[in-house]
Amino acid sequence: MRYIPHTKRDVERMLEAVGADSVDKLFDSIPERFQLQRDLALPSPLDEEALIRHFNQLADGNCSSAKCGASFLGAGAYWHHIPAAVGQMLLRGEFFTAYTPYQPEASQGTLQAIFEYQSMIAALIGCEVVNASMYDGATAAAEALLMALRAQRKRKRILLGRAVHPEHRAVCQTYLSETPAALESIPFTTAGLTDLDALAQALDETVAAVLIQQPNALGNIEDLETIGRLVHEAGALLVVSVLEPVSLGLLEAPGKLGADVVTGEGMGLGSGLNFGGPGLGLFGTQQKFAWQMPGRLVGQTTDEQERTGYVLTMATREQHIRRARATSNICTNEGLCALAAAIHLSLLGKTGFAELARTNAANARELCRRLDELPGVQRKFSAPFFNEFVVQIEGDVPQKLHQMAQSGIIGGLALEKFYPELSNCLLLCATEMNTLDQVERLVAALES
Amino acid sequence: MEANPSVSSGRSGLTHAEPLIIERSAPGRCGHSLPASFGHPETASADIPSACLRSQPAALPEVDEMTVVRHFTRLSAWNHSIDSGMYPLGSCTMKYNPRINEALARLPSFSDLHPYLPASHCQGALQLMWELAQYLAEIAGFAEVTLAPAAGAHGEWTGMKMIRAYHRAQGNPRRRVLVPDTAHGTNPASSKLCGYNVVEIKSGPEGILQPEAVAQVMDDSVAAIMITNPNTLGLFESGIGDIADIVHAQGGLVYCDGANLNSMMGVARPGDMDIDVLQFNLHKTFATPHGGGGPGSGPVGVCAKLVPFLPIPRVAKKEGQYLLEEDHPQSIGRVKSFYGNFAVMLRAYAYIREMGGGGLKQASQMAVLAANYLRAKLEGHYHLPYPSRSLHEVIFSDQNLAETKVSTLDIAKRLLDHGFHPPTIYFPLVVHGALMIEPTETENIETLDEFAAALLAIEQEAQHNPDQVRAAPQRTVVGRLDEVKAAREPVLRWPTKD
Repeated sequence: MRYIPHTKRDVERMLEAVGADSVDKLFDSIPERFQLQRDLALPSPLDEEALIRHFNQLADGNCSSAKCGASFLGAGAYWHHIPAAVGQMLLRGEFFTAYTPYQPEASQGTLQAIFEYQSMIAALIGCEVVNASMYDGATAAAEALLMALRAQRKRKRILLGRAVHPEHRAVCQTYLSETPAALESIPFTTAGLTDLDALAQALDETVAAVLIQQPNALGNIEDLETIGRLVHEAGALLVVSVLEPVSLGLLEAPGKLGADVVTGEGMGLGSGLNFGGPGLGLFGTQQKFAWQMPGRLVGQTTDEQERTGYVLTMATREQHIRRARATSNICTNEGLCALAAAIHLSLLGKTGFAELARTNAANARELCRRLDELPGVQRKFSAPFFNEFVVQIEGDVPQKLHQMAQSGIIGGLALEKFYPELSNCLLLCATEMNTLDQVERLVAALES
Repeated sequence: MEANPSVSSGRSGLTHAEPLIIERSAPGRCGHSLPASFGHPETASADIPSACLRSQPAALPEVDEMTVVRHFTRLSAWNHSIDSGMYPLGSCTMKYNPRINEALARLPSFSDLHPYLPASHCQGALQLMWELAQYLAEIAGFAEVTLAPAAGAHGEWTGMKMIRAYHRAQGNPRRRVLVPDTAHGTNPASSKLCGYNVVEIKSGPEGILQPEAVAQVMDDSVAAIMITNPNTLGLFESGIGDIADIVHAQGGLVYCDGANLNSMMGVARPGDMDIDVLQFNLHKTFATPHGGGGPGSGPVGVCAKLVPFLPIPRVAKKEGQYLLEEDHPQSIGRVKSFYGNFAVMLRAYAYIREMGGGGLKQASQMAVLAANYLRAKLEGHYHLPYPSRSLHEVIFSDQNLAETKVSTLDIAKRLLDHGFHPPTIYFPLVVHGALMIEPTETENIETLDEFAAALLAIEQEAQHNPDQVRAAPQRTVVGRLDEVKAAREPVLRWPTKD
């Protein structure tokens, strides 16, 4: 066994030092009736070559974005190019085999990188304070709502835009189900945007927070400025969730438009799809809420010789000190994904990140224009979008999708599952990874 | 910001000083190579109201690719890691992270796989998840396992949510959860998040939870007891059978924090000890990397009566096909977007397939032997507060060094100068000045000897030259950092112009 170095002789030496005559003896504190009297029923061990063969067999059952030829799936998980330098840096064992940086003197690499991550995400989302990351976009949004309830204890209602990703709303529901808070849904209009009249009506002094997604789950760009004004007039907090971080290269930072908390999904920043996980939960807020935040924070400080260094800080919010009274039960962050984001954003830089966003928006518009020209295909909503949008098509949508999938075209997501009234609608996404050829194949498939 | 040449000098030989990457930024530099759009670039934002558009680009650094690579390479050199040396953090199970698992996780057929593909297009991923859940259920003795939780604490919370849902289905969610004083801080925090009041129980003089102590506080208002077995003192909770009986007799459930599962794979199974729920930490027991603080993965195993409450979606196998099921009306709902940390599951799956049942058992046996070997080498030099039989970790304290005024923190920092990462310190809270050592099975005997020698040398230094120990670390890239200043005057991001 290549991961266990102990030879027979090593074992004998160690047993002798311990004063035990057998390894079994070391387990005598476990009552006999609890000791397993058989071998574990697991498959036989595989050597490295057999393991690779087995994984290749499993891989044959998967149709990845590259392999399937043309994928237009987004809906909260966006396919973006990851520069080779990101992948190579993440393979440095000094990063990926390190633990949470509890001993700062031995963890300055991780700590400075996370400080840089916090700084870059703060610049992207327009927040004063960003934490070291949460599990994913959905749990970050849920924790933001819990934070809003802590910050305004007398307010017990939470408004969720119906154009927030339905699975994220479901996660919020699970997280908040043991609080006294009531979750209410705010509908969207025929333009595919949060209904501002309905929002204004629902808002009053009992509302703690409003959760809005930007761009929303239909791909459309919300008027955050107006929403922010309405929410603040009622004294509530605005939480904005950004699931496509690349949109921040083109769209105004939510923190600049009135968001009190900005959460998001950062897997598009250098981590990749990975069948949906790990994600990278972005979480930022304004200074006045800093002590209410969940999660780890890295801060700058100095040592005895006035040298700059970094530490985990403001820890008295956290479970290892405050236990049951902590701001969250979260213990670590998604450290390696945050590092990936820091490297990814450093490579793209100020100009590259903005250019990438424009490329996404331009490609999606070209896809939309061509689909809109097809007979029997129609754009569903009139609102401006970023890199995904909804079209209505004639005929049996599941069957159409199935047919296209057989020829390697993943023609977006059927929305009926999430929004029953959108039964003949598809959510389609185009990023910098799509090509004109793929668009033409999709168009041809929809035409036939 | 202009590049500042004065910061690029070496700090000490080839240990480089490295500023923030933003300080390396120079207008006009770039580290990217992007495809041109096939859509017309001028159409990109023409239809978007100007109020929604960014007024100025985000202030990201402007640096070339080599500058980025060099920057992060230099930062990496300031980290301790398993790859650079032993990492004996108690209850963290810092074992070697196999390289083949990294290679497999990077197969594009997995890493580029979209979560919303039709099931017919992701059979390989679903099969892997279904089989991994089966393996984990077998290893720990449970009816079913959910892979959804993203980390250990997330798994605890998911488990407690299921317990609450179970009690609610019986007509009363109950109010209280019992947690021993040796528990990790996430246990009470997770219970609280599920709406429970936490009742702390003191462990007995031997470091073991006494069934009588549980019986005293157990009544029908208690939803569950949340124990860690082996506990954070590295001791098997030998009263677990009686404790489970006491709790079950009042209709309560037994939750076990599985952080320490590396002590008993193939030897004993929590599910066979009348434990109802347990979270696995794939990043501990199953050799997936800690990544400097995540991503982890915290699957949860449950006994049969809790199966209806598992989170959705659930991976199922029907007629040879794998699929995701959501139609479970009693489910606690969704706990995370998509299906959990798939890329972490994949590594754990590869580890289990390489090890097999016999290999896993050997791992636990050697982990326990290594901890006891270190214990034998250090006993008598460092104070051993609980002399009962240790499993995978052993807890010492600084009590023997009280006269020298050398504390656990000093010992920890001095270990850095000796080239080792310190053990977990000041935890569990029931031991004053705890040093919690978990060597794992992957360190060879020579390294164990070196580590013991370092701790013995520090004990001598403490007796004869305590100032040297208290001034440690001297050989790290920075010395002891001012944590009070960091918290009182928080600087949480680099300075901005706006």
